[in-house]
Amino acid sequence: MSVDKDTVRRIAKLARIALEEDRVEPMERELNGILAWVEQLQEVNIEGVEPMTSVVAQKLKMREDVVTDGNIAEAVTANAPVSEDNFFVVPKVVE
Amino acid sequence: MSLPSKLTDFTLAEARNAVSGKKVSSIELTKAFSKAVADAKPLNAFVTETPEKALEMAAASDARIAKGEARPLEGLPLAIKDLFCTKGVKTTAGSNILNNFIPPYESTVTQNLWDAGAVMLGKTNMDEFAMGSSNETSFYKPVLSPWRAKNSNAALVPGGSSGGSASAVAANLCLGATGTDTGGSIRQPAAVTGTVGLKPTYGRCSRWGTVAFASSLDQAGPMTRTVRDAAILLRHMASVDPKDSTSVDMPVPDYEATLENGVKGLRVGIPKEYRIDGAPPEIDALWQKGADWLKALGAEIVEVSLPHTKYALPAYYIVAPAEASSNLARYDGVRYGHRTKEAIRDITDLYEKSRAEGFGAEVRRRILIGTYVLSAGYYDAYYSRAQKIRTLILRDFEQAWEKCDVLLTPATPGPAFAIGEKSNDPISMYLNDVFTVTVNLAGLPGLAVPAGLTADGLPLGLQIIGKAFDEATVLRAGRSIEIAANFTAKPQHWWAA
Repeated sequence: MSVDKDTVRRIAKLARIALEEDRVEPMERELNGILAWVEQLQEVNIEGVEPMTSVVAQKLKMREDVVTDGNIAEAVTANAPVSEDNFFVVPKVVE
Repeated sequence: MSLPSKLTDFTLAEARNAVSGKKVSSIELTKAFSKAVADAKPLNAFVTETPEKALEMAAASDARIAKGEARPLEGLPLAIKDLFCTKGVKTTAGSNILNNFIPPYESTVTQNLWDAGAVMLGKTNMDEFAMGSSNETSFYKPVLSPWRAKNSNAALVPGGSSGGSASAVAANLCLGATGTDTGGSIRQPAAVTGTVGLKPTYGRCSRWGTVAFASSLDQAGPMTRTVRDAAILLRHMASVDPKDSTSVDMPVPDYEATLENGVKGLRVGIPKEYRIDGAPPEIDALWQKGADWLKALGAEIVEVSLPHTKYALPAYYIVAPAEASSNLARYDGVRYGHRTKEAIRDITDLYEKSRAEGFGAEVRRRILIGTYVLSAGYYDAYYSRAQKIRTLILRDFEQAWEKCDVLLTPATPGPAFAIGEKSNDPISMYLNDVFTVTVNLAGLPGLAVPAGLTADGLPLGLQIIGKAFDEATVLRAGRSIEIAANFTAKPQHWWAA
């Protein structure tokens, strides 16, 4: 499988990464290089094989669904590029 | 045993004994290493140096030692890969997008080290978000290896992604360092810098507070000058952690206690698929030498087969970018990290511009690949298939364990290369991880040990792969390689002012 320029633009949109028009063609080439290389996986017989879902055999741990942390709004917003009164500031999203 | 004349030439074990035996104070040791760090600017191994914090921690350690309350790593200066969040100390992950990020919390691995008494010298440079095998993708400029080829002044890469840590350990700028390994990022730089690097079993160390790359593959581990030092550090990095549900609730053994038990009767597997076309003859020769060494020390050498080996690297380049594209979705220019200064139309524009400016070329490429393979209609053809191939790769190892206890393989397909030599060809760069990546896909422990020099005088390593949670045997076999190889070469000290 390979990607064309429109697909590259669409993936960049999905990934929320602005892609300058002059970067579309080189990116198309780079992605197709990688996709052509991973194509060899198609030759592996995976009939009846379960996908790996846990790297090491262990049962996922459970815990009580209770609050274990909190009241640290200042720490949470300390690294925000723009914040006001412990709120994150974004451009207007609702008209 | 006589101690080296220079403090920075101490191994971690030697320093531990000297400090706890009050022959050297932590302050003396820490000052010596902080000076070595400050003098080694040309290597660019550190993104952030923390000499004042180091001195404070050293003074606290000396006070504890005076009161007879020394902990296992009391007063020992370490370097920390800049992927581990350190409270109040900038943590960049090698990226522009985290250029101003000051974590309000501490990663579990580093907290464990500080709880054991260790001292932080600073944060080491790395490939951006740990994506790379040469350190050239760092926003903070490439790290240089302290090694140079014979009769050459050409700058060489230290490997990656934990290249700053590898360079710092090889140049004696610290007693040891932390690294992380998603596809080989501890073992490959260790091998090409003549140092020891251990990727533990997935789940042995908590991932909490370590900036995420590919969550089903990422694992922290030690990088040191000796196998014993790796054994010591791992014990104090590993823990079960309620904040990482994949960390495993198993006791952490005293790896040092069994280190010298030798390899008599140990069955060492040689996987025939690791003999690859086009590998330099020096790699095969060193591998054969390693097998001969272990045999001479009483191990039994058996040939084994891992038939799906050749599919590991392409499967990795689906799984890792897919997980990265999800993990790196958190960088939105809103909650933390870089936010564009450009005029923006709306929130989507804010995301797109912030992320385009914040991520470097390799990270953007991997996010796009990951987004594509996870996008509607492609999931089964790519991600699901790759995860099935992972099951087959794990099955290969499980079948091998019926015949052997550990595997011996080369660590890398060659020695360190020149800066710029492979940076324009992603796939040739990816091939650096051909011997290490299988271990991540199967969650197993792998250890790189320095084993020899090329004709040009550059280090090469061998890798020991073990069963899940059998780091003790891996370290014991690695120790035997270390004894037999007697690797004493050090780089020429060209970088100091």
